[in-house]
Amino acid sequence: MNLAIEARGLTRRFGSFTAVDAITFDVKPGEVFGFLGANGAGKTTAMRMLIGLLQPTAGEAWVAGYAVGKESELIKRRIGYMSQRFSLYDDLTVSENITLYGGIYGLGSTEIEDRRRQLVARLGLEGREGALVRSLPLGWKQQLAFSVALIHRPSVVFLDEPTGGVDPITRRKFWELIYETAAAGTAVLVTTHYLDEAEYCDRLTIMVDGRIAAYGTPTDVKRNAGAATLDDLFLRLTRPGASE
Amino acid sequence: MSAFAGFVAKEVRHILRDWQTLLILIGMPVSQVLLFGYAVRSDVRGIRVAFVEPAPDAATASIRARFTADGETFAVQGTVTHVDQLESRFRDGSVRQAVIFPPMFAQRLGAGERVPVQVVTDGSDPNSGGIMEADALAILRRWEAERLVGQVADVPQALRPARIDIATRMRFNPTLESVNLFVPGLVAYVLVIVSALMTAITIVREKEMGTMEMLLVSPLRPAQVVIGKLAPYVVLGFLDVILVLAVSQVVFHVPLRGSPLLLLIESLLYILTALSMGILISTSANTERVATLAALAGLMLPTLLLSGFIFPIAALPAPLRIISNVVPARWFVVIARGIMLKGAGFAELWRETLILASITAVFLIAGIRRLAVRLG
Repeated sequence: MNLAIEARGLTRRFGSFTAVDAITFDVKPGEVFGFLGANGAGKTTAMRMLIGLLQPTAGEAWVAGYAVGKESELIKRRIGYMSQRFSLYDDLTVSENITLYGGIYGLGSTEIEDRRRQLVARLGLEGREGALVRSLPLGWKQQLAFSVALIHRPSVVFLDEPTGGVDPITRRKFWELIYETAAAGTAVLVTTHYLDEAEYCDRLTIMVDGRIAAYGTPTDVKRNAGAATLDDLFLRLTRPGASE
Repeated sequence: MSAFAGFVAKEVRHILRDWQTLLILIGMPVSQVLLFGYAVRSDVRGIRVAFVEPAPDAATASIRARFTADGETFAVQGTVTHVDQLESRFRDGSVRQAVIFPPMFAQRLGAGERVPVQVVTDGSDPNSGGIMEADALAILRRWEAERLVGQVADVPQALRPARIDIATRMRFNPTLESVNLFVPGLVAYVLVIVSALMTAITIVREKEMGTMEMLLVSPLRPAQVVIGKLAPYVVLGFLDVILVLAVSQVVFHVPLRGSPLLLLIESLLYILTALSMGILISTSANTERVATLAALAGLMLPTLLLSGFIFPIAALPAPLRIISNVVPARWFVVIARGIMLKGAGFAELWRETLILASITAVFLIAGIRRLAVRLG
């Protein structure tokens, strides 16, 4: 199987509440895939199942070719993850964070050294390797967190609302990093609240009440629904009757 | 460098970088030993005593002289004729004790009468009050005993021996022995702070910062994450044990009569107990503040109050005495006192050790299971 992610009827129930209701979709290698939905629509639950933080109740899924819930350890080595909360240690330096995550993912010290140099050069952080992460501006921290999540060259990377709370210029820079990553062959699954960001995605889903309500390229999704913009479509799906 | 070693190294770096906390964790045990060692002396010095003598005579003067002679314990404040004259001085604290003689004291003693002597003591602080009372009674008793020996032929029932005997007094006034008693309790207390409170905080901090999720998504196993976070605190706790023992030995000459190795092994067991309590707290707490409050209220107070550290277990009311059975510090205090003061070995202490180990096992299993549920 060549897909980066494949989900078939993936379901998660909490008691009698169905958070994710038999969703089916796939993500190809090198694709930027948008995961949209209102708060509580089930995006985060779905993502948590795919990265191995939650067991699926029913259905099947594969990430990087390995079965979710059965081959978690193999999956963990091949995915990167950046949570919506900022996820580096701010009392460690840039360099120490890189060494830590490199070590956790089993890289050797020469590899870590190589990647540290590349990463620092790419983010323009030369001379700040010894600075505590705490002292960096938020935009830089997020780009650094993203790059560190990629330190082991994963085949799939999951980003949970990565651009919350940053200014438009920083968001733009962040998306450039996402494109660079996808161009190198890594699949990127990204949840977001910003519909303009959704337009940048190769393909997307919009989840409503645990189900996939729209699925395809931004253009297809809009055309199928007869909506002029993603904004329109999103409002119509998440608040039926609001834009009639 | 293996993933796990790198993770432990990171944890050590957290600890070293937060030097203020580290300073507290290392300085606190030392300052606590010194504080307890010097401040919690139950010896009372310079008791301000006054005499009430409606009619001074040879006998009252002789007793007064005894008090004056013991200048270290008593500071004689003078003599009045009526106890009412002392009322305001008792109230402002310039007099804390009064010895009240009846009129015609010497004469009635000579006649073989039973003559009452009253000792009034400021009891606003029951601890020092009891000690002051015992000090005065000791002098009166000695005087009476010597008088009896001098006048065997004519045995008057003058002053009956005080009911509080000297042995009781020694228990409350053991300058050095109180240090000996509290050091084991202090070790238990310090370890609750370093091991339980700090591990609860360090785990909850990762949850709060969102880094815990990153770790759980990584190839590190949850058990490795937990062990990696705790390992440095085991070392730190051990360091504190040695520090407390060293300071109490060098400064206060607290004895270590049993095997030092056994004491260290038992301390290690108790460190694990404290860690497991820390894990248990971290599974329920979602913020550092909650974790801190839970550890303070749920662990530190019972360790202080229900372990026999400050108040003897036997003195607790029955419900608290029953509760104290599940306070791990209680058993550790018995073990440590046994080894340090009595020179007890494993043969005498295996029962307490077994209880402590069982409590630890229950806490650890519960903690790890709950952590696993939270993470799964």
